[in-house]
Amino acid sequence: MHPTDFTLRGAIEALTEGTISAEELTRAHLDAIERLNPRLNAYITVTAEQALEQAKASDERRRQGLAGPLEGVPLAIKDLFCTKGVRTTAGSRILGNFVPPYESTVSANLLRDGAVFLGKANLDEFAMGSSNATSAFGPVENPWSRRNDPETKLVPGGSSGGSAAAVAARLALGATATDTGGSIRQPAAFCGVAGIKPTYGRCSRFGIVAFASSLDQAGPVARTVEDCAILLRSMSGFDPKDSTSADVPVPDFAAACTRSVKGLRIGVPKEYRIEGMPAEIEALWRQGLEWLRDAGAELVEISLPHTKYALPTYYIVAPAEASSNLARYDGVRYGLRVEERGDDLTDLYERTRAAGFGAEVKRRIMIGTYVLSAGYYDAYYLKAQKVRALIKRDFDQAWDKVDAIVTPATPSAAFGMNEKTDDPVTMYLNDVFTVTANLAGLPGLAVPAGLDAQGLPLGLQVIGRAFDEETVFAVGAALERSANFTALPAVRVGA
Amino acid sequence: MSYTIEGRTGPWELVIGLEVHAQVISQAKLFSGAATAFGAEPNTQVSFIDAGFPGMLPVINRECVAQAVRTGLGLNAQVNLWSRFDRKNYFYADLPQGYQISQYQHPIIGHGVIEIELQDGSTKKVGITRLHLEQDAGKSLHDQHPTKSFIDLNRSGVALMEIVSEPDMRSPEEAGAYLAKLRQILRYLGTCDGNMDEGSMRADVNVSVRRPGEGFRTRCEVKNVNSIRFVMQAVEAEARRQIEVWEEGGTVEQETRLFDTARGVTRSMRSKEEAHDYRYFPDPDLPPLVLDPAWVEELKASLPELPDARRARYMRDFGLTAYDAHVLTLEKETAAYYETVAKGRDPKLAANWVMGDLFAALNRTKRSIEDSPVSAENLGALLDLMKDGTLSGKLAKEVFEAMVETGKAPGAIVEERGLRQVTDTGAIEAAVDKVLAANADKVAEYKSGKDKLFGFFVGQVMKAMQGKGNPALVNQVLKQKLG
Repeated sequence: MHPTDFTLRGAIEALTEGTISAEELTRAHLDAIERLNPRLNAYITVTAEQALEQAKASDERRRQGLAGPLEGVPLAIKDLFCTKGVRTTAGSRILGNFVPPYESTVSANLLRDGAVFLGKANLDEFAMGSSNATSAFGPVENPWSRRNDPETKLVPGGSSGGSAAAVAARLALGATATDTGGSIRQPAAFCGVAGIKPTYGRCSRFGIVAFASSLDQAGPVARTVEDCAILLRSMSGFDPKDSTSADVPVPDFAAACTRSVKGLRIGVPKEYRIEGMPAEIEALWRQGLEWLRDAGAELVEISLPHTKYALPTYYIVAPAEASSNLARYDGVRYGLRVEERGDDLTDLYERTRAAGFGAEVKRRIMIGTYVLSAGYYDAYYLKAQKVRALIKRDFDQAWDKVDAIVTPATPSAAFGMNEKTDDPVTMYLNDVFTVTANLAGLPGLAVPAGLDAQGLPLGLQVIGRAFDEETVFAVGAALERSANFTALPAVRVGA
Repeated sequence: MSYTIEGRTGPWELVIGLEVHAQVISQAKLFSGAATAFGAEPNTQVSFIDAGFPGMLPVINRECVAQAVRTGLGLNAQVNLWSRFDRKNYFYADLPQGYQISQYQHPIIGHGVIEIELQDGSTKKVGITRLHLEQDAGKSLHDQHPTKSFIDLNRSGVALMEIVSEPDMRSPEEAGAYLAKLRQILRYLGTCDGNMDEGSMRADVNVSVRRPGEGFRTRCEVKNVNSIRFVMQAVEAEARRQIEVWEEGGTVEQETRLFDTARGVTRSMRSKEEAHDYRYFPDPDLPPLVLDPAWVEELKASLPELPDARRARYMRDFGLTAYDAHVLTLEKETAAYYETVAKGRDPKLAANWVMGDLFAALNRTKRSIEDSPVSAENLGALLDLMKDGTLSGKLAKEVFEAMVETGKAPGAIVEERGLRQVTDTGAIEAAVDKVLAANADKVAEYKSGKDKLFGFFVGQVMKAMQGKGNPALVNQVLKQKLG
């Protein structure tokens, strides 16, 4: 077996048994990146030297009996996480050659547990997008392709497109990602890997470039549900540097993956049966529910009546917060600065921000500025906050009847790089099944569950109660076992 | 008769409200651990949070919250157990985040009231609308380079309390007295040092004018006035400007103005149309600020005695006049000094010495009471030497001057200079006899009815005794001998 084909769990076992060293494992991944990244563009920055140093240090720690839970595991870090001494771009020109003098809490937690960082994964600019097409560092190619149309390059989804593509193509054993409206789950589903957005507050946001603070949440992408569980345990934990971080214990998520779903009540929200949904997705959803019923779970039809308002609500709240969060990129202290002789401060702002931000980011800053403006605030922002509370209440009421909710992860399989790019609203529809979990702050897991007629992966989503990721993992792992998803992408090492 | 300004067309009344920005005394900033000391080298007290770096998050400083609560309690105001931080969005080079974290809709402190004292001895209540916590911005330095502005972020993120008054003031004097009283209360509480020349307290002054009995007319805001005197001047200058506008048939437009201290006039800064749309919204990085009522009670129980209470106590327990009690409590350092002197001694005598000789000496030597050359303990000891008869009042003044010069204790000075008062009747009688013998003619005049000469004899005797004779005894012996 090629070392890049290990699951994360398998790699930890091999490293523990000594059948492979961290250095060998890291070298294999760096070779794979060297071969495939020029095509896939999953990494913006590859930190080969640093990765090898970290791997050697890891092997040394293991020799000394100091191995951490992720000792020697090579990972990709979404380029939204600030990494000390390593350029962090957020997929934007405006950060220029910004090199953070600090480490994000989540990546610091991974390093604490022994992980090796291969590099910084590509993403939509400031995590705004569903196709990774808005990255200033070029689009990412999905390693999967259509059976009947292998020439058409497909998007990996977004915004964590680089993370999902890297994991699918065996360019990392796992990756960090972030999810504001679906940015972990949608690319995971498009690339046939697993990804979880945990409960808001589970992972610290300290050191993650902010998009929409009340929605942003870090989480892992990996090839199995259990691998996600192992990564999430290391990433999680209370952080006094993030006032919205939750001071709650971090359970053994991997142990929860082996829990039986027998007796669990699984909610099936009728509002997620949307018009125009491909029959294949509807069929996969039904199939997933049957698997769970066969495993002893009880299916319960539920209603989440405000679901149809989730997307418009999200596209008010997220841009509003983004318009304020992105105000700091002004050319004054760090990052890109564009000025000409005789410019005053306003000219400096305008030139820098005009050159530094891409079209989608500008669009969202404009929308966000508009909905917060005097005279519009009540009609948009305030109304959206009220609807957000209703969406949360829908879920609160559902938890009286069910223990987890299962839905499709996305309304379609991965689409072509040149499709859906004209109309931003069509693009926004990608998030229709995922935004609700962000608005309500709930954990949501995407699991690869089948292929469409073109041979492209399709995912299911498991949503759970706040801070009950364990049930989410149990249900996700059960789906994974039943689906027995063994298909492989066309572009990968060893293919 | 209330204060009015006489225009060409008749009298005008003033309506004044103040928004005071007071820098909170705290070791660290409102949302970061960076230090807050005044006068540090530029950009040496800046965390990545204060500089608005990517991914940085604010975390509330508990001590700043405690200071705001103490201040609220000191202003007799309502403490809101639930408050919230909002973002005030605007672009400026010294505002690194592109927004200021403030409290817009739900301030930590609600309605309160303080009482101000006026020159004529009357008092007046001024309402406090609210107090909220917010971050300060950095400082732009425009004079360091011919074409560039420099930015110092030391102040960025420092905690400020914005204290908003009701439009309850009606004259420059009231505005000045309000600011003075507010400053006094904050300094007593230890929540703001009140150093207006260092910028730790500054006021935005809202002024409008109206005909007596009318409702409110349009107000203008005069920004960033940095002394009590300038506040009073700005109120008057702005009121006179508005009166002129109205009297010439114009309309006062709501706008923000600046006070030109050199010319004593206000200038337009920006009109209502140019006003920013700050796009306030709740800061999603900060959960609502929820206070434990027990903690508030704890803070309340540990509040120091405030100026009004202390003044009342001086009048009640020490029998001081309202004026003396007022003067002695203006600064808490003065009050502390006075209480040390007065402890176990005659409080009125202590007040006279502190307000008389001590204040004069401080003025003369340009020292503050904190670094007075005469310590409170030494001044007390001086009073003791008077009481036990060691020193006459006159000698005491002499010893005091020596204390101002040398900083020494009065006992030491008395010993060194031999200034002990003479109470030995024999010595006094001898001196009296000598004086009377040398002035036989004056004695004759006195005896023929020229009573005024008694003072002359006292003076001569004291002179003969180098001022050390006990005045009462000298009088007594003279009366006896001239009998």
